[in-house]
Amino acid sequence: MSDANPQIPLPRPTPLSKPHWDGCREGVLRVQRCGDCGSFVFIPKPVCDGCLGSNLSWVESSGRGTLYSYTVVHRPQQPAFEVPYTVAIVELEEGWHMLSNLVGVEPDHVEIGMPLEVSFERKSDEITLPCFRPRA
Amino acid sequence: MSLRDQVAIVGIGCTEFSKDSGVSTLTLAARAILAAVEDAGVQASELDGIATFRVGDSVPPAILAQSLGIRDLRYFVDQFGGGSVSHSIVGQAALAIHAGIAETVVCYRALNARSEFRMGGTGRPPVDAIETQYQAPFGYFTPPQQFAMAARAHMERYGTSAEQLGAVAVQQRANASLNERAMMRKPISLDDYLASRWIVEPFRLLDCCLETDGAVALLLTSAERARDLRQDPILISGVTWGSGQTLYSNQQPDSTRTSAADMAPRLFEMAGVGPHDIDVAELYDCFSYSVLVQLEDYGFCKKGEGGAFVESGATALGGSLPVNTHGGFLSEGYVHGLNHVYEAVSQLRGDAGERQVENAQVALSAAQPGYVSGNTSALVLRRDS
Ligand SMILES: [Zn+2]
Repeated sequence: MSDANPQIPLPRPTPLSKPHWDGCREGVLRVQRCGDCGSFVFIPKPVCDGCLGSNLSWVESSGRGTLYSYTVVHRPQQPAFEVPYTVAIVELEEGWHMLSNLVGVEPDHVEIGMPLEVSFERKSDEITLPCFRPRA
Repeated sequence: MSLRDQVAIVGIGCTEFSKDSGVSTLTLAARAILAAVEDAGVQASELDGIATFRVGDSVPPAILAQSLGIRDLRYFVDQFGGGSVSHSIVGQAALAIHAGIAETVVCYRALNARSEFRMGGTGRPPVDAIETQYQAPFGYFTPPQQFAMAARAHMERYGTSAEQLGAVAVQQRANASLNERAMMRKPISLDDYLASRWIVEPFRLLDCCLETDGAVALLLTSAERARDLRQDPILISGVTWGSGQTLYSNQQPDSTRTSAADMAPRLFEMAGVGPHDIDVAELYDCFSYSVLVQLEDYGFCKKGEGGAFVESGATALGGSLPVNTHGGFLSEGYVHGLNHVYEAVSQLRGDAGERQVENAQVALSAAQPGYVSGNTSALVLRRDS
């Protein structure tokens, strides 16, 4: 998955998501945090889904977490994806979840709960994807 | 006045289930509706309401009404959505009849889901929504991928095994072998299941629903009028809608629990029954795992024990709670939830032939339990006594 492939559908950042995608390009994993109730909010939202407040700001995540669940895809929906590949839900240290791909680990060696860290994979001038790799 | 037992399903109809119908969804819908009208012993001219759901893949009610010669349609529902809303359109029809908006309403679902519009199909551009920005780049698009993620979490947390997922597929194929409507009737063994190829781990080919061209129609009218019609009325005792946090945005903190868990108590209270009163259950089985999680979330077994419950034989024909007696999406065909209602009605009428559940009085038929969309809906049906 680390080879840039122009056919992979890349996101088109919107005003809501732009700070996150800008951060990935700069090598920083950003997440929204509510200044009122302290909730971490992801994917990007206009209001806090914990308290419905509007006092959201972008903070830096540690980028460290563990594997919550995963699936190994053997039948790709689009040919640009080379199979098999691993889609994962990562639970970050701050408690929020994000969908991603695992890199640097064979599907057979993936285990729920394994420690992970963010690995920024550049796909275009604008887009760098936050993938995850095993950490010691 | 409560909706409980006030509206009945009085006619059911379906087309052949195939991989290539060779006709439009309009033709499929019309065939199923006319079959339901015939089954009920009414005239097509008596139809005054139409309800359907679709995802941009089927004929809308207005076009259908025109084709059926309905010039003064008093009620229509054209619900956007997939399997999670399948049972809600039956509820919408029941509400309209109970409120006096319409008298004879047909619910249908018609799709060419193999030959025309495949769910999560290839070649479709990703939707430019905030959710897909955080899914499509990672190769996460389709229902099997989404359900596989939840199934894996369930296996990890509760020890659910591949053999338990396989038991769902094996039992449902055995049921389908007794069903003349089913697309896949050749019995399979657990070894066949385990040997089938990976689609998205932990799902093998035999964990996944069929893709089907076909249509199902259900005809509803008031319980009072139903008693004068041809068939034994099957009463709608309970119908509920449910919705919660959606897995689509990856923020459901517990992937092993669905919106059905929050909705089930409301459904049973409305119907005045509990899980132990259900004689037969037709549970939305887009994937084998979906059945396990519904057995838990509707309270037929403890949380985490769905796999063991199926493995015990409880859900097979002759067990304490036969499930998906028609073979479900895995073996009968994928008509997006309405074929489950069709089978529930057949069972309660006592018309299910070799796969008839003895003395079936009360049935649960359930929609997709809430993954991806967040939404769900379900029906409790019973024989008129
Ligand atoms: Zn908040």
